[in-house]
Amino acid sequence: MSTAPLLQTVDLTKSFPIRRGFFGQKLLRLVAVDRVNLSVYPGETLGLVGESGCGKSTLGLTIMRLYESTSGTVLFQGQDLGTVEGDKLRKARREMQMIFQDPFASLDPRMRVHEILREPMDIHGIGTPAEREAEARRLLDVVGLPSDAAQRFPNEFSGGQQQRIGIARALALRPKLLICDEPVSALDVSVQAQILNLLRDLQEQFNLTYIFIAHNIAVTGFMSRRIGVMYLGRLVEIGPSKAIVTEPLHPYTQALIAAVPKPDPKLEKVKRTLTGDVPSPIARPSGCPFHPRCPRAQEVCATEEPAIREIKPGHLAACHFA
Amino acid sequence: MKAHTPELLQVCDLQTQFHLAEGIVYAVNGVSYTVHEGEVLGVVGESGCGKSVTALSIMRLIQGPIGQIVAGQVLLHDQGRTTDLLTLSLQEMEGVRGNKISMIFQDPMTSLNPVLTIGYQLAEPLKRHRGMSDTQATQEAIDLLDRVGIPEPEVRVKNYPHQFSGGMRQRAMVAMAMACRPRLLIADEPTTALDVTIQAQILDLIRELRTQIGTAVIMITHDLGVVAEMADQVAVMYAGLIVENGSVLQIFDTPRHPYTQSLMSSIPRLGNWPRRLRTIEGAPPDLHSPITGCPFAERCEHHVPRCDTTFPALGRLSEDHLCACWRALEGELA
Repeated sequence: MSTAPLLQTVDLTKSFPIRRGFFGQKLLRLVAVDRVNLSVYPGETLGLVGESGCGKSTLGLTIMRLYESTSGTVLFQGQDLGTVEGDKLRKARREMQMIFQDPFASLDPRMRVHEILREPMDIHGIGTPAEREAEARRLLDVVGLPSDAAQRFPNEFSGGQQQRIGIARALALRPKLLICDEPVSALDVSVQAQILNLLRDLQEQFNLTYIFIAHNIAVTGFMSRRIGVMYLGRLVEIGPSKAIVTEPLHPYTQALIAAVPKPDPKLEKVKRTLTGDVPSPIARPSGCPFHPRCPRAQEVCATEEPAIREIKPGHLAACHFA
Repeated sequence: MKAHTPELLQVCDLQTQFHLAEGIVYAVNGVSYTVHEGEVLGVVGESGCGKSVTALSIMRLIQGPIGQIVAGQVLLHDQGRTTDLLTLSLQEMEGVRGNKISMIFQDPMTSLNPVLTIGYQLAEPLKRHRGMSDTQATQEAIDLLDRVGIPEPEVRVKNYPHQFSGGMRQRAMVAMAMACRPRLLIADEPTTALDVTIQAQILDLIRELRTQIGTAVIMITHDLGVVAEMADQVAVMYAGLIVENGSVLQIFDTPRHPYTQSLMSSIPRLGNWPRRLRTIEGAPPDLHSPITGCPFAERCEHHVPRCDTTFPALGRLSEDHLCACWRALEGELA
């Protein structure tokens, strides 16, 4: 791709210290995100999928610098976010916003909707108070809420409407990048479809770039041009959405796709063989993190961690045998 | 069409309400469905449609005086006898729960007692319903854990729930539910809290046990994928009512109720991604007042004036395909 990426992570790692044992004398490290390299291009949606604890949400939060990274860098429009402080960081953050899974928990229950929408502009000192108020009302219209919503409190809205408020707030600063962390997983399917359509419309309208984090691959694929698959903090595969679901290269992705229940009763019910649970991120397996559960594992997998490499154009996987 | 096995459980015109300080919530408004022996009935619908309340009503687990089953029958056909579960005394009902009918829930952690070992909790129904001694019950508990695929069952039987992973807890719940070889298992969103690879393991397990023991299953879920994989029959619920009921093929291939049709086209499917998804505008009706007319009318694109005033009862489209829609029943919607 010839255009410069909007966002790039280079060997991004986030680990948390964990105290265990008598009086917390034993210090362990939980590696949530492990040397992740990603590029996100302007106007595209990059989907991130994986099971609980795979590090996809931590990756989003570390990119936003809501967590300080342990090592590695985040480049936003070529600028290293890890080194900027104060005003410069605030300015960079204006251009990246986040939408969360639980719409109600992410809205202050004691603020009226117009105050919620105005707050980011108040903090960043954008326009006059009257202009901010007008902008808040315009945002309601943009996300498809009635104008009388402005004076109401978050608890007066349904889950889908609350998520619309969260989206409007994220748009208030006219960001370039939106990180959507499981934005529809708390919603019913009919409402989920409304929010997904809205996110796509907004992307076109405002030329937004999305990182779309979700555990549901069908939903992520609908939203994204490319999908990255994570397992135990590692990016194990990344490629075009269609290729990820139809010709997955990594055995973990293959197992994940096979495990998704398909809404078609005529498909043959195959018994899926992936056994056991995801290992604890505190005691990660040696070599390839997936090898203890992998049907294709060989000796080398236990000793040598496979690097992620391009196997087909634009389609990368981290497996010795892909 | 596959011939049905004999009827096992019939829910007839069930109505359940919650009497709260601010008024009555009409949660279940006349639900009827039938589960045949050894069959899986999938019950689908969105939050608040009454699918779980119906199940809790069958089990008589509706907490009074706020929750009340105000009408209907729940007929269990067992060993040539028919019993209306709603007329049983609490003591008689205890002989049914966990024995003839057992239930598993969405969150295995909140359904297990955190201060008792897994083994103790597994042994309890065995001692109670099957009259086993302590040693027999403990041995059986180990066998059960082994059968649901828990490694090292002799060690694990002494563990507490927090020592199990989420998938293992749900396996233990399945083991517990199957301990007395019930005629019917009610599974209320059994895999919603689990990751997809673990979900696949639990669904495989339920399918396996069903074949081995011949237990019928009511599978309550909002996930159409789970229904398609597991169910023989499907009941679609909306606003405390069944709007469509038929075989899994009828419901997925030729859905006739406008709600079912919209539901089917509003889910993104793997690899087949349109530019936009079909949506259902608006929201389900407020159940604080009784339903008049068709509950889906105000969101329905095929709606005619009659839909606002008269509720269409569940009628037959064909031998075993039922639908509650005036226009579908008159053959106008295909």
